[in-house]
Amino acid sequence: MLFQLYATDFAFVVTFYSSGPVSLEEVIAQVPEIRISQVQLPPEAGSEDGRPRADAAPKENSAIRSFLLARGNSAVADRGFQWLMVLCALTIFGIVVLIAAELVVRSKLAWGQFGLDFFYKAFIDTYTNKPMYWDPVNGHFSALPFLYGTLVSSFLALLMAVPLAIGVAVFLTEMCPRWLRAPLAFVTELLAAIPSVIYGLWAVFVLVPLMREYVNPYLIKMLGWTGFFSDDNPTGLGFLTAGVILAIMILPIVSSLTREVMTAVPHSQREAVLALGATRWEMIRMGVLRNARIGIVGAVILGLGRALGETMAVTMVIGNSLDIDRSLLSNGNTMASAIANQFAEAASDLHLSALMELGLALFIVTIIVNALAQLLVWAVTRGVPSSAH
Amino acid sequence: MRALTDGAATGLAVLATVLVVAPLVAVFVYLVYRGASSLSLDFFTQAPKPVGESGGGMANAIVGSGILLGVGSLIGIPVGIAGGIFLAEFGRGTKLANAVRFTADVLNGVPSIVMGIAIYSLIVVPQGHFSAFSGGVALGIMMIPTVCRTTEEMLLMVPNAVREAALALGVPNWRSVLSITVKTASPGIITGCMLAFARVAGETAPLIFTAFGNAFWSENLNEPIAALPLQIYVYAISPYDEWHRLAWAGALVLIILIVLAVSLVRYVTSRGVMKGAS
Repeated sequence: MLFQLYATDFAFVVTFYSSGPVSLEEVIAQVPEIRISQVQLPPEAGSEDGRPRADAAPKENSAIRSFLLARGNSAVADRGFQWLMVLCALTIFGIVVLIAAELVVRSKLAWGQFGLDFFYKAFIDTYTNKPMYWDPVNGHFSALPFLYGTLVSSFLALLMAVPLAIGVAVFLTEMCPRWLRAPLAFVTELLAAIPSVIYGLWAVFVLVPLMREYVNPYLIKMLGWTGFFSDDNPTGLGFLTAGVILAIMILPIVSSLTREVMTAVPHSQREAVLALGATRWEMIRMGVLRNARIGIVGAVILGLGRALGETMAVTMVIGNSLDIDRSLLSNGNTMASAIANQFAEAASDLHLSALMELGLALFIVTIIVNALAQLLVWAVTRGVPSSAH
Repeated sequence: MRALTDGAATGLAVLATVLVVAPLVAVFVYLVYRGASSLSLDFFTQAPKPVGESGGGMANAIVGSGILLGVGSLIGIPVGIAGGIFLAEFGRGTKLANAVRFTADVLNGVPSIVMGIAIYSLIVVPQGHFSAFSGGVALGIMMIPTVCRTTEEMLLMVPNAVREAALALGVPNWRSVLSITVKTASPGIITGCMLAFARVAGETAPLIFTAFGNAFWSENLNEPIAALPLQIYVYAISPYDEWHRLAWAGALVLIILIVLAVSLVRYVTSRGVMKGAS
């Protein structure tokens, strides 16, 4: 505090030396978090997404250009062309509105019948006194088991995928030798390109037997006492299997976005932390992950959006039951898999309408989740040209 | 101690990478192992045989996938490119452009099964029957956002001087957009189209209630049609070994097509075709 220096970064170093030995972490904790957007050049006029572009178009047409555009001989054709393009852009808008409207209209019947009860209430079966959730025969529908299944399988997937994805991103951006970087990035990209149904096929013939023979018995033996791993389902299907295959499927998207966010952290941050004597891991933790955390949360949420709507692979391995069971090894059902399984055989209008309402709920939830994720990723990477592709 | 932590963290990151690469290798090796042993010429030339008879192939599904993707591309690519042109050339910074960009992102995030039931109630119900056409529409709509956003990004890379030079020569604006701007950006736009194509080629969920699948040969747009991913799904959950064999072969063919497309895209982009334009 004795010295007054102009550059703030130096001030901290000075404080560090003037106040005796302190740990590196304390020093770093004092460094104000540098928002990546602050150290970027201000976006130039005309590049509305904030990308620095040397010769970007100005928002207003120049006088010469306006003159050229207004000269009569092609004005009609130009106007027509522009309207055609606007029309196509509006088509995109129209499609989304149409989908939403169609789902709302078709789910009206179920909404009128059950209202909000659809999402949280169970019906008591008068004969057995047990809760019934989804009973097409008697016309009772409650989405509760599907909501539960969607949440549980997605949460399990995130639990497995997120640490791995961050690990991969850290390895690829900070540790990987240069020659290995491109092939590994290509491999994770390929992982994203494999269709859902092929993951499902693989899961049915490889993962399910694996879970049935080795993983599930082990979990039951070790963790059976918690009540989450009961041994009443010998098929190898269930929430956990669905969670594993979902984790494999969302890994590429989460890790590639995390990588993008981490490469957006300026190099001066890394160098500053290293200059203070940090090891590589400390540099990654304090210099990179701390600055990129908002974007990483965004990447995770985007992965969640994928997991929520994933259909085919989950349908093939989750077991399709209509009850809620606490055990993670028991059969379940997600919103998407319920639609895929029952839609073709829905006999009554009410059943069809209830499935449509499930679809509408899924639609709304994924919109919210995706918008949130994009906002977060954008908050970190804005002003940085995307170079991680 | 700190060095130890550092070493542990490095080890964990390497472990994570290995754990991520492992499933891919596992899927691939198993796919090639099971698929290659069941691929034969019959697979590409014959329609499926009834249960119990051996042999048969998926020729109808391959043709069906081709037809569905063709219809999808006819719908998705023009609309997507036009939307991209609007975003990059006409709507820069306007509210409408932002709204369109947001809806394209929303459309990108719509779960494919929801797309399936929406198209079912929009086209299949009024028509009264499942049809190849409705499946193609579903795939086409799913292609739009990818094509639109890549087109926009590629067009934004074209320097403004190129546009002004064209206008100064007296070229009408629409000609300048189509034959100068879009043409300069065309490698990137084609890349985007191929990515969208590869993504949609493996989609199953939107086809279950639209194209529906068909065990026989069909080229009629107004009838249910078979598709490769759909057939794989049906065969995978069936109890017959013969069908499992066909499912693996189909999966191998599908993945080879997709990997080819993705590698091609990567090769084109890594050569930096766009660098000349920016």
